[in-house]
Amino acid sequence: MMETFSLLPLEPVQWAWGVVLFWLALGFAALLLQRVPHLLSRLVFPLGALGALFIAGVGVAGLLLPTSTIILPIGLPDLPFHLRLDALSAFFMVLLGGAAFGITVYASGYFKSMAAGPLALLALWYHLFLGGMVTVLLANDAYAFMVAWEVMALSSYFLVTTDHKVPEIRRAGFLYLLIAHVGAISLLLTFGVLQGGQGDYTFDTMRMAEMTPFWASAAYLLALFGFGAKAGMVPLHVWLPEAHPAAPSPVSALMSGVMLKTAIYGLLRVTFDLLNIQIGWWGTLALALGLITALYGVIFAAVQSDMKRLLAWSSIENIGILLAAFGLTLIFYTDGKGALAALTLTALLYHALNHAFFKGLLFVGTGSVLHATGVRHMGHLGGLMRFMPWTAWLTLIGALAIAGLPPLNGFVSEWLLLQAFLQTPGLTQPYLNMVIPVAAATVALAAALAAYVMVKFFGIVFLGQPRDPALHEAHEAGWPERLGMLWLAAGCVLLGLFPTQVIGWLAPVVSLLTNQSLVNDGNWLMLAPVSAERASYAPLIFFAVVGVVLLLTYIWVRRVYHGRVRRSDPWDCGYPEQDARMQDSAEGFGQPIRQIFEVFMKVERETPDPFSRSPHYHGASLDKAWFIFYVPIARVTNWLSEQAGRLQHGRIQWYLIYSFATLIFLLVFTTR
Amino acid sequence: MSTGILLQLAQTLLAILLAPLLMGWVNQCRAWLQGRSAPPITQPYRTLKKLFHKDAVIAHNASPLFRFAPYMIFACMALAAGIVPTIVNDLPFSPAADVIALVGIFALARVFLALAAMDIGTSFGTLGARREMLVSFLAEPALLMVFFTASLISQSTELPIIVQTLAHQKFAIYPSLAFAAVAFWMISVAENARIPVDNPSTHLELTMIHEAMILEYSARHLALIEWAVALKLFTYSALGIALFLPWGIAGRGELAALPLALLAMVAKLLLGGAVLAFIETISAKVRLFRAPEFLGTAFLLAVLGMLIHFLLEV
Repeated sequence: MMETFSLLPLEPVQWAWGVVLFWLALGFAALLLQRVPHLLSRLVFPLGALGALFIAGVGVAGLLLPTSTIILPIGLPDLPFHLRLDALSAFFMVLLGGAAFGITVYASGYFKSMAAGPLALLALWYHLFLGGMVTVLLANDAYAFMVAWEVMALSSYFLVTTDHKVPEIRRAGFLYLLIAHVGAISLLLTFGVLQGGQGDYTFDTMRMAEMTPFWASAAYLLALFGFGAKAGMVPLHVWLPEAHPAAPSPVSALMSGVMLKTAIYGLLRVTFDLLNIQIGWWGTLALALGLITALYGVIFAAVQSDMKRLLAWSSIENIGILLAAFGLTLIFYTDGKGALAALTLTALLYHALNHAFFKGLLFVGTGSVLHATGVRHMGHLGGLMRFMPWTAWLTLIGALAIAGLPPLNGFVSEWLLLQAFLQTPGLTQPYLNMVIPVAAATVALAAALAAYVMVKFFGIVFLGQPRDPALHEAHEAGWPERLGMLWLAAGCVLLGLFPTQVIGWLAPVVSLLTNQSLVNDGNWLMLAPVSAERASYAPLIFFAVVGVVLLLTYIWVRRVYHGRVRRSDPWDCGYPEQDARMQDSAEGFGQPIRQIFEVFMKVERETPDPFSRSPHYHGASLDKAWFIFYVPIARVTNWLSEQAGRLQHGRIQWYLIYSFATLIFLLVFTTR
Repeated sequence: MSTGILLQLAQTLLAILLAPLLMGWVNQCRAWLQGRSAPPITQPYRTLKKLFHKDAVIAHNASPLFRFAPYMIFACMALAAGIVPTIVNDLPFSPAADVIALVGIFALARVFLALAAMDIGTSFGTLGARREMLVSFLAEPALLMVFFTASLISQSTELPIIVQTLAHQKFAIYPSLAFAAVAFWMISVAENARIPVDNPSTHLELTMIHEAMILEYSARHLALIEWAVALKLFTYSALGIALFLPWGIAGRGELAALPLALLAMVAKLLLGGAVLAFIETISAKVRLFRAPEFLGTAFLLAVLGMLIHFLLEV
């Protein structure tokens, strides 16, 4: 095996592992560089970003080249790490590298002003986190997978609790850790089922294992639970709106844009690769859970007042859409409609890639706002477009993309998914035909609500008058931040304008999982996934026509007429004394949604006393899932531990009696 | 192909130029029905001309987005008008954007309008933006469902193919299309800010939606938005006609059928405008929080249409 290392050119999987080692080295080098803090942000993070770019390149190579594997003699004596890079891993590596590059470039500017000690630790965890995610994608045995999964979970836990002196952040971190580990236990059990009693935990053995439908379903359900906990599937989503605001913005971007996708990767890996059989109702279940998650997420996103919490809820929505696409893929696949499964899977992968870019962009955009103003609550922001034009315009691209507007990337994946929904008359199970129109309607509703959420987010934070006089001092982000955002925004635009090329790159992944590939019926300009007669979309032409009409209108209006402009006070129906407090607050903008969907929420309101001299209003729409699912569990756990606590008296006699009783019991038990 | 492109351009230009006329016709009908003396049918053109000649007044704190939005909205509506078949069902441009993209174009224009409304930071602007998004988050999926019903029947999401299928079918009754038509009517009323969801002719803060958003606009920016509004009404009418009353439209290459198609289109538009004015006259504007109920009904009808298609027509 050492010989293969000496051979050049190396295989992609070896390059990928090399980058992981490079990141590790970089992380530990950061600890040594504490004495020279300016090097930390100027050297360590840019080098880390280069590593991310390289990983994206390795991913592209992995999509083009055949599968490559290596076995690394690390870990326990008889349990080496098996690593493997196939098309599925390679695609998620492109996603990871592409998004992480922009985010890490941004991070190199963002963390500039941090104190050296915490920054060095943060750099260590950050690069461990990146390395852990890549290893999750590479792992080819359950042992390596779980080790990498834990590295990913723990390093991100430490990243979330960067500001560990704030009690809420510690609490958020604990909740994250807890749910991550509940999920991890479920994943361990999944692999336990998958190995089928052979005692060998490599994925290769699992692929060979013959499963009864019962055990296959058990493995699938455990995987859905485990990966769902990581992805933020309702009702396992409660950690997301807590952990994302707590983490520093580039970390939230990485967690939301990339880490959630590793759960989608795992779900695809287990369901389509490791399991030999797939059963129809699995898909229906995932579709239903996905739709609930999507709708639930977007409704709560609309009523948030904290900008990062809003984005976290929007991530839940997008995970829901991905899950729904996953379910639909399974439905088509088990029904023997390979071509349609390929279409849906393409939509899924495309959306995952898109979400990495636009959600990364939006999170780092909020990071710049946070840096410039120190405020996360949207009710204290406003009018930032004038002070931070770069951040504002780039964030606008992200907001339009996530709202699913053409010609940006969010629209393409939404379009593909809706096309897939329109293909359902081909299904053989009649009841699904009835359910799926409702599903399509739900997806459309979630997408329209996403536009509401984004108008609220962008309008309240960046437009209007500053709601606080201190905002006039807000400063624009520095160049590394701008470059990072530019990269992510360029991703949103290019993924929107060149869908045919992107789909071409996705083809190896799709054919790996569904044995079918999506044939584009149009030319390079035109996306026509089923047939040109059925549906087509040409974003470049679309973009060009909008551009030409815009330009012609502009020239015509400015040339034919005089084009004079006079500046004055706002009119507002002639009302003269208006101030920033008369604009909609974040709560106000979300009020219609709260009123319509109040059944899902527990609304808390504190209205001020009419005679109060300093009136204060407080309103919050709390997640009912928390009170339905979590509070009872917490109570029971608390009660149980209290009961167990009774055993502890602190007297040595009692403890000796316990030991004695245990001994007797064990003797009786073993000699019987 | 070249005739196709010429026809496409001619059709789009015609839509852009004639859209204010439809607006004028609706206003005229409304005035007659309400017993007022009617403004001339060309009144919208005069308004536009006046607005284009004025100096634009813009608030001190307006951002570039505010000045960019009217052009964007106008471009989106022009594009939408270019996709919908009006006279001839041969549009070389239409494969670039199908019905789902059409919904996307409307959404793009709407989001820009809402953002521009929030840009100055007045109380009415944000209020209008919020209400507009409230109306649209129900109307948009409902519109998609209407299109889905039509495209399930015609096995395509391309508008020319849908229209061709629906126009050349044997005379069969599609119950699903009836549901879709009712839903479409309700959606178009809401999307075009007409009674009972919104009233285009008041500036009453308790009720206005669309007008609240454009309060800060003046002169050429306002003119572009007003024109885009007229274009939107025209596009929606053309869409409704193309989906539910497509008879008479000229097929690809049927140049001889053009005059007849033009006549049919004009007649249908005149009739549609008169019906719109009539319904606006006999109904009252609903309270704002009844609007979601109205649109929720439209959404349910549209989904029901789809379900009925699966139940009865497959």
